[in-house]
Amino acid sequence: MAAVAGQQLAGELAPVPPRVRTGAVRRFPFWRWIILVLAGLYFALPLYAGFRFSGLSSFPAVASQEGFSEAFTLSIRLAAITTVLTLVLMVPTVIWVHLRLPKVRRIMETITILPIVIPPVVLILGVLEVSPAGLKASPNLLALLYVVLAMPFAYRALDAGLRALDLKTLVEASNSLGGGMGTTLWRIILPNLRTALLSATVLTVALVLGEFTMASLDQYQTFPVWIVAFDQTSGPISVAASLAALIVTWIVLMLITAIGGRGRGGRGSGATLYSVARREPPGGS
Amino acid sequence: MTTNADAGAAAATTAAATAAAPAVAAGGAAGGAPVSLTSLNRHFGAVRALDGLTVDVAPGELVALLGPSGCGKTTALRILAGFETADSGTVTVDGKEISHIPASRRDMGMVFQSYSLFPNMSALDNVGFGLRLRKKSGAERKRRAGELLDMVGLAKQAGQFPHQLSGGQQQRVALARALAIEPRVLLLDEPLSALDAKVRLQLREQIRALQQRLGTTTLFVTHDQEEALSMSDRVGVMKDGKLEQIATPSDLYSEPATAFVAEFVGTMNRIPGRLDGTGDQVSALGQTVPVTGGAADALAGDVDVLVRPEGLTIAAGPNGNGIVADRTFLGSTTRISVLLDGDHMVKVDRPSTVAAGLPPGTSVQISLPGSAVLVSERR
Repeated sequence: MAAVAGQQLAGELAPVPPRVRTGAVRRFPFWRWIILVLAGLYFALPLYAGFRFSGLSSFPAVASQEGFSEAFTLSIRLAAITTVLTLVLMVPTVIWVHLRLPKVRRIMETITILPIVIPPVVLILGVLEVSPAGLKASPNLLALLYVVLAMPFAYRALDAGLRALDLKTLVEASNSLGGGMGTTLWRIILPNLRTALLSATVLTVALVLGEFTMASLDQYQTFPVWIVAFDQTSGPISVAASLAALIVTWIVLMLITAIGGRGRGGRGSGATLYSVARREPPGGS
Repeated sequence: MTTNADAGAAAATTAAATAAAPAVAAGGAAGGAPVSLTSLNRHFGAVRALDGLTVDVAPGELVALLGPSGCGKTTALRILAGFETADSGTVTVDGKEISHIPASRRDMGMVFQSYSLFPNMSALDNVGFGLRLRKKSGAERKRRAGELLDMVGLAKQAGQFPHQLSGGQQQRVALARALAIEPRVLLLDEPLSALDAKVRLQLREQIRALQQRLGTTTLFVTHDQEEALSMSDRVGVMKDGKLEQIATPSDLYSEPATAFVAEFVGTMNRIPGRLDGTGDQVSALGQTVPVTGGAADALAGDVDVLVRPEGLTIAAGPNGNGIVADRTFLGSTTRISVLLDGDHMVKVDRPSTVAAGLPPGTSVQISLPGSAVLVSERR
C-alpha cells in the first residue's frame, strides 16, 4: 500500500522535464472536470466514511492513548534516519551515474526497481536471518531496510530532476569559473535539484510512516503497527488516528511543496509544483 | 603553426600567418596569454579524435578551429579547458605546461554551445559566480558583474533569471560570466550555433569587438565557415583530427593548401583536367596552366582542377565551350551556372550588371585564370 502511495506521489512530484512544459495554458475542458470529480469522490468517500465512523470526539483522544507517543516518535525517528541515509546514498550516486557513467543508468533503473518486485516479507525474513544480534536488537535495522524500500522512489525522483538539467554543461561551466566538485554540488546542483530532493524526501517519509509488514515482523511498534494493534481495543480511535496521520502527512506535503517552490530560480515565490510545470521553457531567441 | 605530415605548402602559409599574429596581439591589450597545443593525440576507443594536432595562438589573438563534425576541434578545445585529457602531447599557456592542472584551476573563461547559465541564479549572480569563488566582496562582485552586464548590453536584465532571458541574451550573460574572471584565455565552443541568424550576426560582432577591446587570447570552435572567417585573426581548418591549414581568413580563401580546405571554405568548381608527368602543369578547358600547392596529393594523369567561381572568366561567343544554364542573383554579383561540353556544370561569379547580358541559353567561353591553380584527384 505504501508502495502504491509512493508511486502516486512520484507521479505528482517528479520534476517535469522541459518538453512537458511547452504546452500553453489552456482552458480546462468539461470532461476533465468529470474525471476530476469522479477521482475526487473515489478518494473522498472512504475518508468521509472514516470520519462518520470515528466521530469528531475521537480525534482529541488519539494522542492520549497508551503507546501512541512511543509509536509515533519511533516512526518519525525512523523516517528521519531513512531520509538522511537515502539522500546521502542516492544523491551522489545518481549524480555520478548521470555525469560519469551514463551507460549504467539502465542497469541502475533495473536494480532500483527490485525492492518493488521483491515482497517486503521476503526482505525482512532474509535480513533477520543473517543480521548481527546487535543490529537485530535495534529498531535502526528497520531504517536500513526502509532505505532499500525507498530506493525506487528516491532514485526516480532524483533521476527525473537530473534529466531536466544539462548537468554536464552546468558542472563544466562551474569548473571553468573555478568551482570544484564540492562547490558545484552545493551551489549549483543541489539548488537546482530542490524539487527532486523534496520529492525524494516526501516519498521516503510517506513510505516509512505507512510501512507495516517489516515493522510488524521485526516486532517493533511503529505508528502503523500501533494503529492495527489499537484497532482491537477501539475501532473509532484507531480510524481517527489513521485519518489524523493522513491529514498531518498532507499538511506536511503541502508545506514542503510550498517551501520548495519558494525562490526557485525566480520562478515565483511559493510556486507550487503545478505552477512550475506550466511555465514556458527556457531558451528561444 | 602546422605540423601535419603533408603540410609542406601549408607550413609556408602558416608561417606567414603566424608571423602576422603578433601584430594582432600588439593591437589588443596585454591581457592575453600565448597558448600552445603541441602534438596532441586523443583516441575514443577506435576513433582517433586528434592526430598530432599542433596549434600556437599568440597573445590577444582570436583563432578559430573550423571543420566538419567529428574532426576533433571540440576535443582540442576541451583538452585546453581541462575537461578532457590528451593521450599524448602538451598544452602550455604562457609557457607553462598545464596538462596536470584541473579545469577549475586553469582560469579560462568558457562559453558553451548549450545555454549554460545556472538556473537558480539571476543574470547578475551568474556573472558574479566566478568572482564569489575568488573571494571578492559582495559590493565588488556586484559592481564588476554590473559593469560586465552593461558591457554586453544587459544591465536592465541583471535581476532576471535564465528562463526569463532569450537565447541570445543568455549567451551574452554567459560571455559576461566568462569574462568576469578576467581570463587570459577565452574558449568559445560553438556559442552561436543555437541562435537564430539575426541574433547570431549581432552577437558575433559583439564577441569580436569585446575580444579585441580586452585583448583576451581566444580559441573559437565552429563548423560555420562564415563565422570563422568573419571573426578570426586566423582560422585553422581541421579534418580527421589533423590541422589541414591555419592561416588568415583571406589567405585561407585565396591560397588553400589542400583540396579539402579549398572545398570546405567557400565554393569551389571542379573541372576535369590532365596533369603532366612532372606535376607542374595541368591542361583543362583547352588551356595549360601551372599548378600550385597540393599537387603532391594528385597523380599524373586525370585530375580535377579547382577554381573558385570568381576565378573563372566567362565571355559570350557563338562557339563557346559551355551554355548558360541558370543565374542566381546575389545582390551586387550574380552566380552563373554554365553547362560545359561533356555535361559538367561550373559556377561563375560576375557583377550583376555583366551577368544581365548572359541569359540562360547563351553560348559562352569559360577560361581558367592565368595564375597557378590547385588540382585534386579526379572525383
